[in-house]
Amino acid sequence: MNYFTKLIGWVDERFPLTSNVKAHLTEYYAPKNFNFWYFFGSLALLVLVLQIITGIFLTMHYKPEAGLAFASVEYIMRDVPWGWLIRYMHSTGASLFFVVIYLHMFRGLLYGSYRNPRELIWLFGVGIFLALMGEAFFGYLLPWGQMSYWGAQVITSLFGTVPFIGPDIAEWLRGDYLTSDATLNRFFAFHVIALPLVILGLVAAHILALHEVGSNNPDGVEIKKLKDKKTGIPLDGIPFHPYYSVKDLVGVVVFLIVFAAIIFFAPDMGGYFLEANNFVPADPLVTPAHIAPTWYFTPYYSILRAVPPIGISQFPGVAAMGLSVVVFALLPWLDRSPVKSIRYKGNLYKAWLAAFVVSFLILGYLGTIPANTYGQFGAWLGKADIATVVARIFSVVYFAFFFLMPWYSKKDKTKPVPERVTG
Amino acid sequence: MKTINHIKKALMILSLLPSLTLAAGGVHLDKAPVDAADHGSLQRGARTFVNYCLNCHSANYMRYNRLLDIGLTEKQIKENLLLAGDKIGETMKVAINKKDAAKWLGAAPPDLSVEVRARGADWVYTYMRGFYRDSTRPSGWNNAVFDKVGMPHVLYELQGEQVLNHDTHELKLTKPGRLSIEEYDTLVGDLTNFMAYMAEPVKQQRNQLGWFVLLFLGVLLVLTYKLKKAYWKDIH
Amino acid sequence: MSDKQNDQHKADSQTGASYQPNQSPQVNLEKRNFLIATSAVGAIGCAVVAVPFVKSMTPSERAKAAGAPIEVDISKLAPGAKLTAEWRGQPVWIIHRTEEMLAKLSVHDDQLSDPNLEVPQQPEYCKNKDRAIKAKYVVMLGTCTHLGCAPNESFVETADWDGGFICPCHGSKFDLSGRVYKGSPAPTNLVIPPHKYLTETTLLIGEDGEAA
Repeated sequence: MNYFTKLIGWVDERFPLTSNVKAHLTEYYAPKNFNFWYFFGSLALLVLVLQIITGIFLTMHYKPEAGLAFASVEYIMRDVPWGWLIRYMHSTGASLFFVVIYLHMFRGLLYGSYRNPRELIWLFGVGIFLALMGEAFFGYLLPWGQMSYWGAQVITSLFGTVPFIGPDIAEWLRGDYLTSDATLNRFFAFHVIALPLVILGLVAAHILALHEVGSNNPDGVEIKKLKDKKTGIPLDGIPFHPYYSVKDLVGVVVFLIVFAAIIFFAPDMGGYFLEANNFVPADPLVTPAHIAPTWYFTPYYSILRAVPPIGISQFPGVAAMGLSVVVFALLPWLDRSPVKSIRYKGNLYKAWLAAFVVSFLILGYLGTIPANTYGQFGAWLGKADIATVVARIFSVVYFAFFFLMPWYSKKDKTKPVPERVTG
Repeated sequence: MKTINHIKKALMILSLLPSLTLAAGGVHLDKAPVDAADHGSLQRGARTFVNYCLNCHSANYMRYNRLLDIGLTEKQIKENLLLAGDKIGETMKVAINKKDAAKWLGAAPPDLSVEVRARGADWVYTYMRGFYRDSTRPSGWNNAVFDKVGMPHVLYELQGEQVLNHDTHELKLTKPGRLSIEEYDTLVGDLTNFMAYMAEPVKQQRNQLGWFVLLFLGVLLVLTYKLKKAYWKDIH
Repeated sequence: MSDKQNDQHKADSQTGASYQPNQSPQVNLEKRNFLIATSAVGAIGCAVVAVPFVKSMTPSERAKAAGAPIEVDISKLAPGAKLTAEWRGQPVWIIHRTEEMLAKLSVHDDQLSDPNLEVPQQPEYCKNKDRAIKAKYVVMLGTCTHLGCAPNESFVETADWDGGFICPCHGSKFDLSGRVYKGSPAPTNLVIPPHKYLTETTLLIGEDGEAA
């Protein structure tokens, strides 16, 4: 017995090392037919780690104080050795986090990964998504540019529309009568410690729940139903390590190529990742002519703008926006299809999913532009902004995808599901 | 009462949401001749910036010794660009008092360190060539891309005076300055180039490094792909 | 496909696990080679990526600018007096030593820990009997080499004290060249920072034009 084996033995008597490595890596059997869409789970974990590491190094130089914050970011960009690289990694990582998460969620929609017995995995996932949105929102205030400032001012004002208690909530959130140093300081606390802890906890729960019930796959077949009689290993399962660890490594390198290309050649991403107005220090007296949230929030923002107020209350729009995010959590109970995977669903479901994706993208685009960009309809439609009317139509489609699902998923003509995965 | 005010404020901000308006109003911007590799242009631009802009505008995040990057020597920086008593490691500060400046000009001159990242190089290039005589303005100057601008035309001795034809929106030089039109365009081009460099001094280094990183990742991609293929030979 | 083959296929799909590690030596060698190559290149990549992160913790341009060499005018420094300048947040002492003070420096070598400056606590050009470029002016950091306190000056000579510094924290004693007396807790002489004369009466502290 060599020293390494002895050391492992010594640890195993005191800590479940080998048993955990087996349970989660070498003897965790994943379906052998994972495709392209299955890269994004491990990539999300990679981005999370990158954000935490780069974040730690940024906090060493950043100053969460209204008078110093903007300057400290430029200090990082210029005076700190390699600070620019770390900052661009963090800002690009934030946007790519959402790219990866959206593709990861879309995978769930494609293959019915939210369905029995994976409802809890999905709920933890929605929790991660919500926490991540909070994390991104709080982090976005920190550079203390004009977009940071007015973005925070607008979002905290949204809470002000809640009937009766709203204004007090908004004031409590900001800790002042407007977004100020107090707001910046608490957003910093949420961004660097509170939400990262929540996200890490939820990610652990997400993975533990996944490894409890086992991974879904593009066929939506439960591989645990057919096991080798002698070994008890699922017939269509392969050990996660080494097979998926080496496969995910390829995905990681492809991701890093995209990541590096953006960092080194287009860190602004044409104003979508770093907005031009955020290079103007925050000024509570001057609102920029065009404020829009960062691109990953724009579909929901579009829904907010599309819903008309009732009387003077803007609350319906705010409520609709909140619902447009939270509604994902209901999916496991909305989908009544006898099959999980898109491969065996009928044209009706496919059409609705396509309509949803189109709505999401169009709403996302409309959220980045001023409402009057495409002019107005004539008097017959009350001279309404064309972009707003389009946003209203697609907001309806967006919600219809969810709330009509119990009906169309049942009515849909599905195909027979094979017993085993189809490779 | 307080609550009502809060609601009013919240509504005011929310009312901004659906009525976002276009900022620039579609003014045509000329393409700025930005070339981070042209050290001659950057050095000339730095001199123009220090001589004309740095009297009122600071560049608080730009250190003088960073100009070593664009081919200037320590001696050149000390003799030509630094104010007496400043140290080479200091940033481009300005002595003007922000409050006084705001009183004289209507608004305090903004720091210009990252102006090009906020406005774009084309905007700066067009703006600096867009001043025209306007007797209705307190300074006597207005600007084709920044209407009712507070800043007077600092370079008018060089450019001369322009007037705006309000029908065609074209600028016409009515009183030539010390420079010809082409010379003035080159001067502003160099200045814009320098300001673009100053907005992100690391940009050139960033691009160069990027190729090495991508090359390395390309090699790693081939290796990981081969590794995956070797392992997956087991899977049928 | 014959019926028999078909049956066979069906049987396979019922029992045979798809995953059967291929143990042929050729495949194993291929795995091994690419595993080593990927690990090596990946490790290099990780090491290179670590460099910017480690370097980001070194002094920034701002810190360097603040820690830049300082010029000190010593034309008004009276004989026998001390001047304290600040360089990189540390006190730098410049003492204008009188002839008597200098004379006293050579009489107590036997009581010193390191009278001959063996420990490199000074630049080469100050490794001489006066620990100075010009004997009159000694330049040193006013930070005790024991635990970093600031020693007090005690220039008044007595029968058994030739003038120097006494640290208030643990009683370390130094002479007027900053050399430590035996029996002090401080292990080494006071540090002499790099410096040079720009003119007869102007000192540049922090840079000597030799090592960068």
